[in-house]
This record gives sequence, structure tokens and C-alpha cells, in this order.
Amino acid sequence: MNTQLLLIQSLNGLQFGVLLFLVAAGLTLVFGVMDFINLAHGVQYMLGAYLGASFAAATGSFWWALLLALPVALLAGLLLEWLVFRHLYARDHLAQVLATFGVILSLNQLVRMVWGSAPLQVPVPALLEGGIQLMPGLTWPTYRAAILLAGLATAGLLWLVVERTRIGALVRAGASNAPMVAALGVDIHRLFMLVFGCGAMLAGFAGVMAAPILSVEPGMGDTVLILAFVVIVIGGIGSVRGAFIAALLVGLIETLGRSLMPDLMRLFLAASPARQTGAALASMLVYVAMAGILAWRPRGLFPVRAG
Amino acid sequence: MAEFGRRGVLLGSAGTLAMPLGMPHVARAQAAGVKIGLVAVQTGPAAALGTHLKDGFMQGLKHLDGKLGGLTASVVDIDDELRPEVAVTKVRAALERDKVDFVVGVVFSNILAAIIRPVTESGTILISTNAGPSTFAGAGCNPNLFVTSYSNDQVHSVMGEAAERNGYKKVFVLVPNYQAGQDAVAGFKSRFKGEVVDEVYVPLNQLDFSAELAKIAAAKPDAIFTFMPGGLGVNLVKQYRAAGLAHIPFLSTFTVDESTLPAQQDAALGFFSACPWAPNMDNAANHKFVRDFEAAHNYVPGSYAAQSYDAAMLLDSAIRKVGGNLANKPALRAAIKAADFHSVRGPFKFGANHYPVQDFWLCKVVKRADGKFATETVRKVLSNDTDPYAAACKM
Repeated sequence: MNTQLLLIQSLNGLQFGVLLFLVAAGLTLVFGVMDFINLAHGVQYMLGAYLGASFAAATGSFWWALLLALPVALLAGLLLEWLVFRHLYARDHLAQVLATFGVILSLNQLVRMVWGSAPLQVPVPALLEGGIQLMPGLTWPTYRAAILLAGLATAGLLWLVVERTRIGALVRAGASNAPMVAALGVDIHRLFMLVFGCGAMLAGFAGVMAAPILSVEPGMGDTVLILAFVVIVIGGIGSVRGAFIAALLVGLIETLGRSLMPDLMRLFLAASPARQTGAALASMLVYVAMAGILAWRPRGLFPVRAG
Repeated sequence: MAEFGRRGVLLGSAGTLAMPLGMPHVARAQAAGVKIGLVAVQTGPAAALGTHLKDGFMQGLKHLDGKLGGLTASVVDIDDELRPEVAVTKVRAALERDKVDFVVGVVFSNILAAIIRPVTESGTILISTNAGPSTFAGAGCNPNLFVTSYSNDQVHSVMGEAAERNGYKKVFVLVPNYQAGQDAVAGFKSRFKGEVVDEVYVPLNQLDFSAELAKIAAAKPDAIFTFMPGGLGVNLVKQYRAAGLAHIPFLSTFTVDESTLPAQQDAALGFFSACPWAPNMDNAANHKFVRDFEAAHNYVPGSYAAQSYDAAMLLDSAIRKVGGNLANKPALRAAIKAADFHSVRGPFKFGANHYPVQDFWLCKVVKRADGKFATETVRKVLSNDTDPYAAACKM
């Protein structure tokens, strides 16, 4: 492995991390502010991708699809909140896990009924076609650069809103002590709805952005959800900054682990078992890292909730 | 399903309340027609494959006016949910309550492995229209099992042979890290004699292939060989094309086919696949199948559909041969073994292990004149190929 390849792999890792951040940002807000475990976040991401695919097919333009999918994802999120989630805020985590798991099953099935079970396709927008030559024979697609930028912009915007605005202050206050914020005369339910809507929209945004490079299919949210949970647990639940750092970390560990582990194992083992054990170890690496970080800092890297 | 349930309850209660009275009733109902338990996954990410399989079989029935060998056919839908324990329960119910005469279908090998004993031990004939694990092709072969698809390893070895004949010296191998992935590598290597520059194993839930793509670019192989079923293949193909690697020949098995092409589209153009059948095959049976299938379902059928269509035709020929007498199992088995029907693949016969002996092709993804994507035969790679396990089968 030469330096050039290592640099390219790090870039790939960062870009994957940013994609994870797009999904995890909404999740950490909802979990942190509302103390609500939303397993259905993954299906909201899936819904975003499907809406993007449908609108792209109908309008013929990725940009229109993005523009239309966001408000619809928001509405779908609010509808779910009104139908299911708001009845669960006061319940314990087990009830939330069960109910939102039910939402996963129902929405996966609903998506299959509406769009069919075959994977769909979203073309890369013409503006972002092509790529940058990274090394002879390997192009880094412009679209991936766009994802990187979109992720960084989202991170910056979220940071601004959460840290520098009045509504952000309320959100932070809600995250550290919701009953006290309610006692101070803030309509906590409206705040929750707002946060939840933003979370749903962020998930939808991630879904639309991921659609041109990933397969749009029923259940696509489930794989992402697991990694997104790892991200918010490492980052500290409720912390946008933590989610950002942790997402980059997970992206890097995942990508570099996959590319380096088999080579590393070859130092100790014969080629064929080295490849398979290397691959197996690489897929565990993220969870090992999570366990390590939690042992060192049980509340994650940037804990929010006091006490 | 609702009907399935109601009928089950009726038969079940008839059976428990009046066993001696209930039995002749069922027997009479059976004599009037033939009942097929159709196992096709309809839940989860693999449901698209189950849909192909089911639509293919039903298209066959439609062409036969709803009859198999003169007997009116009824179909009991069984969604295995890609969960072996669920498949066993539902198949048992179909055998015991619905008294199905045949069990047909099955996309995945692990489902076939789960249901083969309950089905064949009850004396019922099982026709797998897709799963073809090596386990039941050799010493573990079963007189009541017929496979209308292929032996899994055969398909991978076809790609090895194609790579060898194309004169590729260095091939990069990329597969998921589980049993079928390792089998794919073994099958490919059984006929490819050049150098495998690297073998990369990825987790089954991998989303982003950029790390592997950078490795491929660095290794500069003559071609890559990959086996990435379903969504994995969609992600890989799109990202492979976007990374500018498409000038490296993309040799694959179960990665680009009619079930994934609607999502891969242009990204898969010119990519290769190994296949026993493709929609463009030039024979009368295939023309009729593909034309009417597309008219009815508005999508291009894949091999899952073609092999299931063949199963319907096979059953029709066999039941006709025995004059509708389904009770004489040895005669029925011999009639199926004769494979006296027009396969959409052209020549088709069963080997001693009840797996097909057939031709295999190198296929390529094309965009048809009507804008739809499909695989197309490029050239024949193996003729009348028997799978390597058949010799070990003693029936």
C-alpha cells in the first residue's frame, strides 16, 4: 500500500463518513432532545430515496426531485409523529423500540406495495457527472465531492442553528432538561414536533443524496440505521458536533480497515485465510472501536445531557 | 393468502372432526386436478427475485390454459420470507392441509436445504426452479428432487472458462464474505488458470465500494470477477462505472441480470454475466415466452422467470405422459426425468442426479431498441455441461 492509495482511501473514508453524518444528524437530534429512540429513522431515509427516485422519474430532473422530496419527507415525518410517535414520548424506551420497529416493518411493506420490490434507479444529475482523476485509471466522481460538500454544509448550518439561534438554545435546553424548559413556559410539544420534522427532513435529504450512488430498495434504511446508531453513540447522544466527528471517525475506520486489514493479516497468515479473516475483522472494527470509546467515555465523545 | 388460510382451516377441521369421512373427500378433490405449492420469497430485499419466479410459472400456466397435462391446476402461494424455519412451517402446512401434489420454486439454497426433507420424505416431488446447491447434486442427491436451473458452481466456472478463453492473465476477484461468495471463487478458479491478483471479501451489508475500487485501480488487472447478488450488485455496478473503471472487463455471476438492471441501467452496459438462458435466445418457445411475459407484466423476464416457466412446461409434459395418474410415483419420476418438453433454453435434459445437462453462455448487458435493458448471449462457453458432482450421485 503506497501513500497515494492511502490518501485516496482516507478521502473515501471521509466521504462515506459525511454520508453517515447526514443520516445520523437527524437521529441524534431526535434521540438527544426528545429522549426518543426512533428506529424508524432508517425508513425515513429510505422514504427520502424513494421520493427522490419517483420525482426524478416524473420531472426528469434531480434538482426538482430534491426540491420536491424534502417537503414531502417533512410531511411524512410529521404525519408519523402525529399518528404514532407522539403517543410514545412519555413511555419507556422498550415501548418506543417496539413501536418504531413496527413502523419499520409497515413502511418497508408499504414501500414494496407502492414501488414494487425491484431496486430503482436515480441518475446522477448532468451538472455533477464526470470526475476528477485521482490516479491513473481511477476517477473520483464529482457527485461524491458534492455529497462531501452537502454534508459539510449541513453540518455548518446545523451548528449555526443549534449554537447561535434562539430556537437552537431551546433545543439545547430541551436536550439537557426538557421538564425545566417546559416549566419556563416553552411549548415543549411544538419544539419536539419541530425537531422531529427537521430530523425526518434530514433523513430524507440523506436518502435523496445517496440515491444516485446506492441501490434504492426496500430495507435500504436498515443497514444505514445500525451504523448511524454507532455514530451517535460514539459521538454522544444529542450532540451534532459529536455526530459529525464520530461519523468521520466511523467512515475512516470502516474504509481504512477494509483496505488495510487483509494486508495486515498477511503478515501473520497465509494469503487465503488472511483475506477472509482480514475481511471479517475489518467488518468488526467499527464495533470494537465503539466498545473501546464507550469503555473510555461511557457518554460518548461529546456528552450533552447533564447528570 | 386469505383463501389459503380459509381452505386450510376447512380442511383442518374436516380432518380432525371426521378423519375417516374427511380423507376420501380430499382424495376426490385431488383427482379432479393438480395442486402446486409455489415457494417464492415475497418479503424482504429478495422479493424481486420471488416475483420473477412466480410470474414465470404463472405465465407457463397461462400458456397451458391453466392446466398441467390435462388436469386443472391450482396454485398455493408460499412466501418463504427468506427464513428457513418459516419456509418449513408453511411448506408442511401445504403438504398436510392443502395436500399439494408438487412443490415448485425456491430462490435460495438455504431455503431449499430446509424444505427438501419434509417435502421429499412425504413422497412429494420437489422441483427447484432456481436454487441448485452442490449438496444435493452429488452423494446427497434425491430421487424426488428435480432442478430446472443449474448447479450453482457451474455458473461461476463458466465465467472462469470465459476469462481463460479471452486470454486474461490477471484477474481481480471481489465477492461477499459468506459461503456462496467463497463457492463463487472456487467455481471461478476451477477453470481459470491465470493469476488471481487479489481476492477481496466484503461484508454482505456493504454500501460503499470506494475502498475496493481504489484497490482494483491500483492492481490494474486484465478483468475483474465478481459475484454480488441483489442490492450489493446495484451499488457495485453504479460505483464501478462512476469510478471510471469500466474499461476493465466486468465478469460477473448473478450481479447484472433482469432483476437488477432496472436499477443499474446504463451503468451496467457491456458488463458480462454467465447464463444458461437469456431473453434473446432464438427458439420458438422462448419467443412466445418473452413476448407474452413482457406484454403481461411490463418488465423483461430474468432467468428466475424462465426456469420457472420451464418447470410448468416440464410438469405439463410429465403429467400428460402418465395420463394424469399422480399416484404412481416411479412412473411420474421417470416421466419428469424424460424432460420431453420445449425448453426456452433450446436443448435441455436431466443428468443422472436430476440436475440439468445444458449449454452455458457468456452474456452481456445491452440496451434494446425499446429502451429496456436486458442480457444477451455473446457466445456459447460450455456445451452439454454436466455439473462436477453428478458422478457421485447414486440413486
